[in-house]
Amino acid sequence: MTDTYGILIDYHWCTGCHSCEIACQMEFGFAIGQGGIKVFEIGPWQIEGDTWQFDFAPVLTDQCDGCANRALAGKQPTCVHHCQARCMTYGPLSELAIALADHRKQQLYSL
Amino acid sequence: MTEKREYVLIEHEKPWTYEEDGLKVARGSAWTGPGCHIGCGVLLYTDENGRLVKVEGDPENPFNEGRLCIRCLALPEVTHSTKRLTYPMKRDKALRGKNQFERISWDEALDTIEAKLKEIAEQYGPESVLFMQGTGRDIAAWISRLAWSYGSPNYGFPLSGLACYLPRVSGMYSTTGSFWVCDCSQQFPDRYDNPEYQDPEVMILWGNNPLISNSDGFFGHWVVDLMRRGMKTIVCDPRMTWLGARAEIVLPVRPGTDAALALGMLNVIIGEDLYDHEFVELWCYGFDELAERAKEYPVDKVAEICWVDADRIRTAARLFANAERACVQWGVAVDMTREALPAGQAISALTQITGNIDRPGGMIIPPELIFYGGGFGADLLTPEQTNKRLGMNQYPLLKFGFATFQPDVALRAMETGDPYEIRGLWLQTTNTIACMGADPKRWLAAAKKADFIVCTDLFMTPTIMALADYVLPAATYPERDGLRIGDGPQRGETINKVVQVGECKSDMEINLELGRRLNPEAWPWQDVKEMFTSMIAETGYDFDGLRAVAPAYPRYIYRKHEKGLLRRDGSPGFNTATGRIELWATVYANAGLDPLPYFEEPEPGPGSTPELLDEYPLVLTTGARNWGMFHSEHRNIPRLRSLRPDPLIEVHPDAAEKFGLKDGDWVWVENQLDRAKRRVKLWPALLDARFCSTDHAWWFPEADPEKLYEVFDLNINNNVTWTPGKSGFGSNYKCMLVKLSKVEEGETHD
Repeated sequence: MTDTYGILIDYHWCTGCHSCEIACQMEFGFAIGQGGIKVFEIGPWQIEGDTWQFDFAPVLTDQCDGCANRALAGKQPTCVHHCQARCMTYGPLSELAIALADHRKQQLYSL
Repeated sequence: MTEKREYVLIEHEKPWTYEEDGLKVARGSAWTGPGCHIGCGVLLYTDENGRLVKVEGDPENPFNEGRLCIRCLALPEVTHSTKRLTYPMKRDKALRGKNQFERISWDEALDTIEAKLKEIAEQYGPESVLFMQGTGRDIAAWISRLAWSYGSPNYGFPLSGLACYLPRVSGMYSTTGSFWVCDCSQQFPDRYDNPEYQDPEVMILWGNNPLISNSDGFFGHWVVDLMRRGMKTIVCDPRMTWLGARAEIVLPVRPGTDAALALGMLNVIIGEDLYDHEFVELWCYGFDELAERAKEYPVDKVAEICWVDADRIRTAARLFANAERACVQWGVAVDMTREALPAGQAISALTQITGNIDRPGGMIIPPELIFYGGGFGADLLTPEQTNKRLGMNQYPLLKFGFATFQPDVALRAMETGDPYEIRGLWLQTTNTIACMGADPKRWLAAAKKADFIVCTDLFMTPTIMALADYVLPAATYPERDGLRIGDGPQRGETINKVVQVGECKSDMEINLELGRRLNPEAWPWQDVKEMFTSMIAETGYDFDGLRAVAPAYPRYIYRKHEKGLLRRDGSPGFNTATGRIELWATVYANAGLDPLPYFEEPEPGPGSTPELLDEYPLVLTTGARNWGMFHSEHRNIPRLRSLRPDPLIEVHPDAAEKFGLKDGDWVWVENQLDRAKRRVKLWPALLDARFCSTDHAWWFPEADPEKLYEVFDLNINNNVTWTPGKSGFGSNYKCMLVKLSKVEEGETHD
């Protein structure tokens, strides 16, 4: 039985560089501004003293097919491949779920 | 030399080019155009029609390990943009500024340019032609050779004070005999796993957001790699950035006061005896003098100058000095101050007196395959012509290993004919009036005086529209063969041609073809591949050989000064007059400059012209980079432009309220010199309500060509003067006093 795959995003380290978005747009020829993944900015605002809220959170959209063709060729999804901060992991959900429990500020997507 | 040196190579799963699912794939390097300062490993996918359809990061390449920024990911839309220049053009000199170019053949273009340049050389001397380039394209070697083989000593950048990176390069060579960068394991193909490598414990990110700017040879996200491995950071930035929000401590320095901050930190490190006694005693010269100078910068005084809390400065200095391994990654915010040389000297001293020199996790000397820093072919110039280089007499430091003209002196020559008239301009990939040039209207007026102007670029630009008599279409990197050698730690890589667009030629082909018409002996090569092979002869590889194995890493050795590897005579020490790192710089003293680091208030500025504060209450810094743009490029690529459609000025909400401004308002950013348009972005992350920050190099490719794409409405360098530092290096591009006022409906600059 094949395991369901997913993408785990450790968004504490997402720098908002847009590489996932543009890689996806170019892989599939999506219209400008559309695509299988979109990065949202959360902040910046000052919480207290030197503590600031300043994060980016990539979200998978309805246009994401998990890079099915790439997976068949043994490649990672293009967003994961090009993530400059390497904050995205592609793998079996069962393994990613264990990593998810490791620390806060992560999100897990089932593909 | 024909020695076959020893290189560390990586294993490749496939040859450099192969088929995959009906597409052809070519492995290679991404340097350049469009502009870039790093040159990642890429896989270029082309289809059966010879079109570039996809660019992926090469996972085998240790530099970027498969990662890629959006400018390479979107490259097919740049290379195949319908807006590219795809054939040579000419325009009557009387029609400069008019959109009335005429298509011509390469033969006609090169015949005419050759004839005209020869005519100028005979009538006025070849020195009366200036050869200029912008930044970020790996073309310096070939343009310098073109200039010198023609007989002109005047090759350089139209940038006041050479104020981008060159101040630090000059400064580091002058004081240590070498160049220095942070050790992020980039010199090893096995990277962080290399057994000799250790992570820095602390890194200062000084006037630099490397994640976006990816400055010379430095892949910005290595910082994130290292932070995830446990490295702490100190961020010197007037804004709270993503990196700042994750830093151990942030120093929100007032733009232009970096030298004072560094001297204040030196004051703490020396005063509290936190420096590396052994290293200072063995390897440094002039420590006592530096210590005396640092005493003039007590932390409380520095806090007042820099608008940074004194305890923050102390904490940062202690954190840095107490680290076992520490380094400084600094941006051009330091080089772009008028007294950039002493500022860089002070920052470098932080790494030197703490002994973070050529050891793992400290500052390292980037290894070189071939030395190309001094240009390619300086021996082609006669001593008589060499002595005519503009600015050498005024600024003796320019003689020290530097081959460029001094741009402020060059501008005056263009304007006044002193010391000689400038008759011709060769502008290869410089959009001067949108980007590098300070006071661009002044520069344009001076440039228009030239009888003959040739421009080479990828796209039509305001500079070409305003000036060019002849236009030559240049290639993007998938359209050309090339060598990827510098910047930063060198590694042998090739750029590999996979497509042809229109009649475009690479910068190197253009230089070779024109060069051999002007001086055949200086350009003996049949084609560019033969030229590249000749250039890299000392590596033991020819072009095809290097392409097959690339990337080739020279073997890296730490602590070279202890092993006698830095000096020609083979003795231990550094390649300076004293054999030591010169905290007190002999070279500066000989050039009539202060041999020790110092701080001078930027002028105008809150410290030097407080009387201007009533009218111009905000301190503006410029040049913040955008993810999708390289300087003045990429505004005409819709996918990338969509991420930043307009030029923005970040304004603190408190300041916006004071000026009656709201988010999205178009404003004039005005100082005592001139003004430029921006859109307000309310940004609470400015760490002082008196700071504001904007991006640079704006023009609207969609606007009227004969209004020069509104460049004079939009260019923030309208507000910058041509005034270099005492050494000829440095200029205040990134710190000024401004006020903001709403743009009235339909209002333009003039």
